[in-house]
Amino acid sequence: MGDINIIFLLAAVIVASTPILLAAIGELVVERAGVLNLGVEGMMITGAVCGYIAGHETSSAVAGFAGAAVGGACVAAIFGVLTLFLLTNQVATGLALTLFGVGLAAMVGQGYSTDTQVLVPKLAIPLLSDIPAIGHIFFKHDLLVYISIALVAAVGYFLRHTRGGLVLRAVGENHEAAHALGYNVRLIRFGAILFGGACAGIGGAYISLVRVPQWTDGITAGAGWIALAIVVFASWKPGRLVAGAYLFGGVTALQLNLQATGLAIPVEYLSMSPYIATIVVLVVLSGSRGPGSLGKTFHASR
Amino acid sequence: MSNLLLQLKGLTKGYPGVVANKDVTFDIRKGEVHALLGENGAGKSTLVKTIYGLVHPDSGSMTLEDAPYRPADPRAARNSGVAMVFQHFSLFDALNVAENIALGMENPPSQRDLAAKITEVSELYGLPLDPSRIVGDLSAGERQRVEIIRCLLQDPKLLIMDEPTSVLTPQEVDILFETLNKLRNEGTAILYISHKLKEIRTLCDHATILRLGEVVGTCVPAETLARDMAELMVGGTLHVPERAPTEAGDVILSLKGLSAPAPTEFGTPLRNINVEVRRGEILGIGGVAGNGQDELLLALSGEMPTPAGMVSFQDKDISQMRPNGRRALGLLSAPEERMGHAAAPDMTLIENGFLTAETRMGLSKNGFLQWGKARAYAEKVIQTFDVRTPSPDNAARSLSGGNLQKFVIGREILQDPEVLIVNQPTWGVDAAAAASIRQALLDLAANGSAVICISQDLDELMEISDRFAALNGGALSEPRPAQGLTVDEIGLMLGGAHDMEVAHVEA
Repeated sequence: MGDINIIFLLAAVIVASTPILLAAIGELVVERAGVLNLGVEGMMITGAVCGYIAGHETSSAVAGFAGAAVGGACVAAIFGVLTLFLLTNQVATGLALTLFGVGLAAMVGQGYSTDTQVLVPKLAIPLLSDIPAIGHIFFKHDLLVYISIALVAAVGYFLRHTRGGLVLRAVGENHEAAHALGYNVRLIRFGAILFGGACAGIGGAYISLVRVPQWTDGITAGAGWIALAIVVFASWKPGRLVAGAYLFGGVTALQLNLQATGLAIPVEYLSMSPYIATIVVLVVLSGSRGPGSLGKTFHASR
Repeated sequence: MSNLLLQLKGLTKGYPGVVANKDVTFDIRKGEVHALLGENGAGKSTLVKTIYGLVHPDSGSMTLEDAPYRPADPRAARNSGVAMVFQHFSLFDALNVAENIALGMENPPSQRDLAAKITEVSELYGLPLDPSRIVGDLSAGERQRVEIIRCLLQDPKLLIMDEPTSVLTPQEVDILFETLNKLRNEGTAILYISHKLKEIRTLCDHATILRLGEVVGTCVPAETLARDMAELMVGGTLHVPERAPTEAGDVILSLKGLSAPAPTEFGTPLRNINVEVRRGEILGIGGVAGNGQDELLLALSGEMPTPAGMVSFQDKDISQMRPNGRRALGLLSAPEERMGHAAAPDMTLIENGFLTAETRMGLSKNGFLQWGKARAYAEKVIQTFDVRTPSPDNAARSLSGGNLQKFVIGREILQDPEVLIVNQPTWGVDAAAAASIRQALLDLAANGSAVICISQDLDELMEISDRFAALNGGALSEPRPAQGLTVDEIGLMLGGAHDMEVAHVEA
């Protein structure tokens, strides 16, 4: 352990957690609206390749992330049309979406090479970043890290304190009652699904533009599935989502550092540790109740 | 002319294969309670959904206060002053009272102002309600208050109430009527849907009777015999179940200190239930919904095993036995929820018949289905209980609620049970079919079986029970002979009016 710089480690934790946090906050909104979209992984990896190409073609980080959001949302729109209007099963459609997204991303990214570099601006927050240790851990990151935290806070506020958030929760809790009161269940859900797709896309692009940063097949490596699990772990509450994402990111960063120090534990065990930690936490915290209509198909006629 | 509020002219609405409303024409005056009477499937629900903007008529028109009225959606209806209290409450369990009310309003004030307003209105009309409580924790009566207050906060001109009393105790019904009378005196018109004739005779000024989607009569309920109204609804004479006097036999089922924790988050725990049921008797169990009815049925059917010694059948402890073991002994049950509990919605009637009748009727052999026997059994149920379905190959989902109810009850009765437990046996079934189901239960008891009938319909329980007990908060009262019990006594057994008070508005 002596070789690990704790300050760098904690800063790395935040970078490792950000893509998961972004994808998870999107999925949280989707699930609060009563839709279970298991295609997060597919939307993330589509966002990763779209963001990578858009960013490098324009040499602009903003264009890259915008492209990622659009790419993720487009894939999500397919899911929305299938489940909401053609009434397909959400679980099966979501799984298919992941397979589709992974394949699509591999095809689009095949042979794409570039010499340009995309720099995501870092933002050192004045004064706060000068605090020893803490400043380095929390306040010297790129803009996306702050945006992800702000987004979680905004979603939390939206769900808790606004009319729109109340209607969205109502649709997820009991879609038949919401319909009877005259709310457009499909439209609200479609909006939530697009938002979830855009967030997952941005999360994917964070991996391909900031964290790695390059394009390789299967770059998201299951981050979408972890994001799904963390939504449940967080009991569908935005505040707890941050804790869940940072826990997973923390274990990921820690095991990478442990591997680097050449610890006498086989690498495979270290690599699986973040996933095991997620499973353990899920089991320990299971039992909380999700939105009442989660995963159910809505027929306006019944 | 000016005292007409809503006029309906020639409303027609068809669905594939059925005409739900056919040329429906009538008027609702300001400040009257107008009853809409009819059997299930008579088109009452479609009609009120049309008025509330959920259904758009194929032809015909409506006029509200002399202006054309064609609501595109419930929001438009609410803006025009039409509010509705649903039969199956349109509430959100995980949200609190204030949030639920805000969802039904167009421009709700901030949560704090709304909470104050809810408290004010609820006290004014004698419907106490705490705005911050989670709706999933409320009783059925309290949930209805949420719906009513949601409507009252919008000062409606017309309040539509769809079977409002089916979940209330007699005392709660009195207080609801008090509230509705105050509203009427303030000039609010009420469209009151029910098939309980006694209520309509005490409350309503006018009644319109629907049968098979058409208006078949209008009357002034206070001046019309209940029997005449019933016959207009049914379109024929009504058969009243007859009971032969029976002698109670040996104890066949006994519950000793039956207690169980609530199986679900919003369920009710069972608390120390002691009762003995004898051959040849019908034990009626009343109670307001959500007081342990479902849980009691689960404990008796074997879906929820209980600690040893609590349930015994002919002196044999069956507390831990699973449903199929109990069925083999002759203890059968029919739960309340038809779709998904009593019947698997997407399976055919043959398959659904097989699911509970396999053991007792020998519908399988060495692990293989005997399709011929299973089909014959389903056909026998369909024929005996007059289930309207094109064939036994139809999916359970395709049947109307009342028809499926006849099938799931008939399926148990024809297995010749020793003990039959039914929950809400005639829920949503029309009067003629309800009478035949009750008759079948009486016949079963006359042949020496024991029947436990859990129901919220007190008239039904009084009609068929030998003894009556009430469930309240998961505890069962001491059973009393049903004959001679008065409505007030029953109300007290059911737990009274749950701290409701009479409206304080000066009329």
